[in-house]
Amino acid sequence: MRSITKASIAALAAVTATTSFAFADGLSGDLKIFLDTSNPAPRETFETMIAEFQGMHPDLKIETTIIDREAYKTQIRNFLTANAPDVATWYAGNRMLPYVQPGLFEDVSDLWEGELGENLASTKAAMTIDGKQWGVPYSYYQWGVYYRADIYNELGLTEPKTFEEMKSNCQAVLDSGRKCYTIGTKFLWTAAGWFDYLNMRTNGYEFHMDLTAGRVAWTDDRVKQTFANWRELIDMGAFIDNHTAYSWQEAIPFMAKGEAAAYLMGNFAVDAIKDAGVTDDQLDFYQFPMIVEGVPMAEEAPTDTLHIPSNAKNKANAKAFLQYVASADVQTEINAKLGQLPVNNKSSVNADDKFVSQGFEMLNGAYALAQFFDRDAPAEMAKVGMEGFQEFMVRPDNLDAILTRLDAAAKRIYK
Amino acid sequence: MSMQADHSNRSWYKRNEIALTPWLFLIPGILMFLFYVILPVFQSFYISTLDWDGLGQGTSVGLENYRELWHDPAFYISLRNNLIWLALYLLAIPAGLFIALFLNQTVTGIRLYKSLFFFPFVISQVVVGLVFTWFYDPTFGLLNTFIGWFGFGPINVLGDPTYVTYGIIAAGLWPQTAYCMILYLTGLNAVDPEQIEAARLDGAKGWRMLWYVIIPQLKPATFIAFVVTVIGALRSFDLISIMTNGGPFGESRVLSFYMFEVALSEYGFRMGYGAAIAVVLFLIMLCFITYFLYSMYKEERGH
Amino acid sequence: MFPTPIEKSSRTWQLTYQSLLPVALVLWLLPLIAVALFSIKPAGDFSAGNYWNLPSQFAGFENYGRVFLESDMPRYLLNSVFITIPTVIGAVALSAMTGFALGIYRFKLNLAVFFLFVAGNFVPFQILMVPVRDLTLQMGLYNTKTGLVLFHIAFQTGFCTLFMRNFIRALPFELIEAARVEGIAEWRIFWYVVLPLMKPAIAALAVLIFTFIWNDYFWAVVLTQGVESQPVTAGITSFNAQYRAAYHLMSAGSIVAAIPPVAMFFLMQKHFIAGLTLGAVK
Repeated sequence: MRSITKASIAALAAVTATTSFAFADGLSGDLKIFLDTSNPAPRETFETMIAEFQGMHPDLKIETTIIDREAYKTQIRNFLTANAPDVATWYAGNRMLPYVQPGLFEDVSDLWEGELGENLASTKAAMTIDGKQWGVPYSYYQWGVYYRADIYNELGLTEPKTFEEMKSNCQAVLDSGRKCYTIGTKFLWTAAGWFDYLNMRTNGYEFHMDLTAGRVAWTDDRVKQTFANWRELIDMGAFIDNHTAYSWQEAIPFMAKGEAAAYLMGNFAVDAIKDAGVTDDQLDFYQFPMIVEGVPMAEEAPTDTLHIPSNAKNKANAKAFLQYVASADVQTEINAKLGQLPVNNKSSVNADDKFVSQGFEMLNGAYALAQFFDRDAPAEMAKVGMEGFQEFMVRPDNLDAILTRLDAAAKRIYK
Repeated sequence: MSMQADHSNRSWYKRNEIALTPWLFLIPGILMFLFYVILPVFQSFYISTLDWDGLGQGTSVGLENYRELWHDPAFYISLRNNLIWLALYLLAIPAGLFIALFLNQTVTGIRLYKSLFFFPFVISQVVVGLVFTWFYDPTFGLLNTFIGWFGFGPINVLGDPTYVTYGIIAAGLWPQTAYCMILYLTGLNAVDPEQIEAARLDGAKGWRMLWYVIIPQLKPATFIAFVVTVIGALRSFDLISIMTNGGPFGESRVLSFYMFEVALSEYGFRMGYGAAIAVVLFLIMLCFITYFLYSMYKEERGH
Repeated sequence: MFPTPIEKSSRTWQLTYQSLLPVALVLWLLPLIAVALFSIKPAGDFSAGNYWNLPSQFAGFENYGRVFLESDMPRYLLNSVFITIPTVIGAVALSAMTGFALGIYRFKLNLAVFFLFVAGNFVPFQILMVPVRDLTLQMGLYNTKTGLVLFHIAFQTGFCTLFMRNFIRALPFELIEAARVEGIAEWRIFWYVVLPLMKPAIAALAVLIFTFIWNDYFWAVVLTQGVESQPVTAGITSFNAQYRAAYHLMSAGSIVAAIPPVAMFFLMQKHFIAGLTLGAVK
């Protein structure tokens, strides 16, 4: 721990020597940080990390506010305009756009110059709008299917490589009196994970990007094919009943109790699944299988980011903090605790964590990385779209009406 | 000279004291009220003609927001739910009357019973919403545990578009019924005992007594119960926000929630569109406000 | 008295009624009793699927202890106090004055002004949302308790004026005339004659407004965010999000949030009901 801190100080000092932030051996003044890391593990990780930063700058008055992750999404616009902190968490990709366009995020391109920029190069595109960078990433993570290995073993199943295997596995699970997948769609976005994967596997990454960017109509036959694949699973009864009533956390007990065998989720869920009583031996992970032969396998890998609001009062301190968080050692440390992947390519991945190392390998071999439906599509479209996905999961017969509605919304939103 | 002025000043005030005093007393209240309530109502009308994201300047788009509203399926779902709310929320009035009649006795401990029956009204709707969310939970909720004993269920009340609005209204009826109950309990206290005795001698009892003698005397209580229930139904927001967040797929939205979503949620910030929804809600309410004011006006005239 | 007093009915019905009362009460409060039960259960009961049986052990101290010591709930509670109390004082003070003006004096616009207050009070407050939020932002009061308090005072003045004015109307007008004959200044009449008579109305209104404001959620969400200014109704949702699916803690938190108005109600029951039911009898 001590050596990491020392190394970070050295790294910081090196950076400050080249840039013009005037501080000698410690920052002073205030630093107001808003975080959406409200789940127990991320909360603790950030609190520890901030405490270390505080230790390096004893004269700095740091004030941290941790806001519930779902509530944060509705509040960010408010506080960026009215009550801006100096640092705020957010997400990469198109999801920055509503705050970049009206000038609510500060341009931090200068942080991306030099070595740090090279180290973070893999996410540079996702952080860039209009040729400038608007924040720094601190973490990313894979999505995939987390499953109960003990149930698969009991039924003699193996990790599926194709959609056909996925369905036959599912049938075996159903025959054993369980559901194949747990999911909680109360807050909508979990359904988008399914859509993203089904669409990327059916029509490919480029098509998916065209769709979320409004270049393809929602009523396109290729989109319908994606939903047709989805429907096969729904008609089998693959998903748990009543998923509209649950949040993603509330869907976990079905898996913990063995009533459902698997969960398509981001890697952040591992912690919560284990907390619910699933042991490390019982839990395993596989990549979402291929659907159409020859479609290159792209993956979801949402990037979590830190930004400086344009209305921030202590931008110099904020930049120092961003540099600190982006540095190799700090990324190694926090991502080990988060169970996620560091963005900085000088950081090391926690090899003891089988999910993290598998995920890292999978993402390295990926054809391309998508952020996530609600980060790739504009906010309003994401909302309408995800409502449509949820409705489809409950009433698949409404598909035509849903797609017509999405198309009408898209025409208005992308104009 | 100055004393002269002083004197005439005072006498001017003195002369007009009766006319001036009410305005002096009214000014702070009126200013606050105009500033925060009356003017914003008109501002909302204006904002509803803008395309505005809440930052900087909006651009005027005339009636474009209303035109969009006209074609917006979510708007009609919200409107439909508002009407369902309005109709079913009024059940709080007979239900409150029923409980009031049940409790209008003088056995020992009845005061405590009355207070405890009133309890739900005092609790925040946020807590009521939470309590009922668990009550309806498809896995462990009391409701499904209960109907499970009879071999039914489980019903996913809050996750099923068919039931969700009714489920939330039922949660809302809980405190509202308590409110109506207390109104009627007070009303029953004031019912003229002589009239009851007279009616008894005429052979009236049970339902006939209730309908022809008691209910007419409870008219003031019924009027207030009606007013607060209608307002409560049209303002419903907290429960929806807590219990379903408008879902599943927007089926439990009402106008007030939809406007919040459009104007202030992450996916929204369309102030103009939100204001247009608010204006529609206001116009619906205006029918009732006119009726209430008219009733009160008649009353005032009667004095 | 209606319905027929129980003492005058048959013995069996008396007994039935007496036993029916507690049953009805338990049914009526069942959802609440469930939450109270949840709040004293240890976490293990929920993962073991023991939702509705008795707690395997009493964990009330632990659960409530965590609410008070390990969460932001105490701050939210304090915020609620600092929002509610000034609002009660402000709204009661303003409406005592407006009620006095409208209840005592006869002038041309009296009824018009009165109806303005009443109508404003009936307005669905969502129509105020966008402009009031913007106003508060421009005054630099967004996300402050002051901003919330000012709006609450203004909005509650509508209802309070209706209440106070009707109350003052019912006071004996001779007292005021007698005072005027004595040559007492009008503001002194307000202070020394009318105000003392208004005590019951002030008490009733104070309790009522306290409950309304304490339980407000909508404006708390629109005008504030974060732990430095949000009241407990909004705080409880972030508390719950932090402990989602930790039912024992969510229950304990909800009960803590609900207690102040409940306590207020039981302590001031007479005033509370007098306030709520004003106008329910003629």
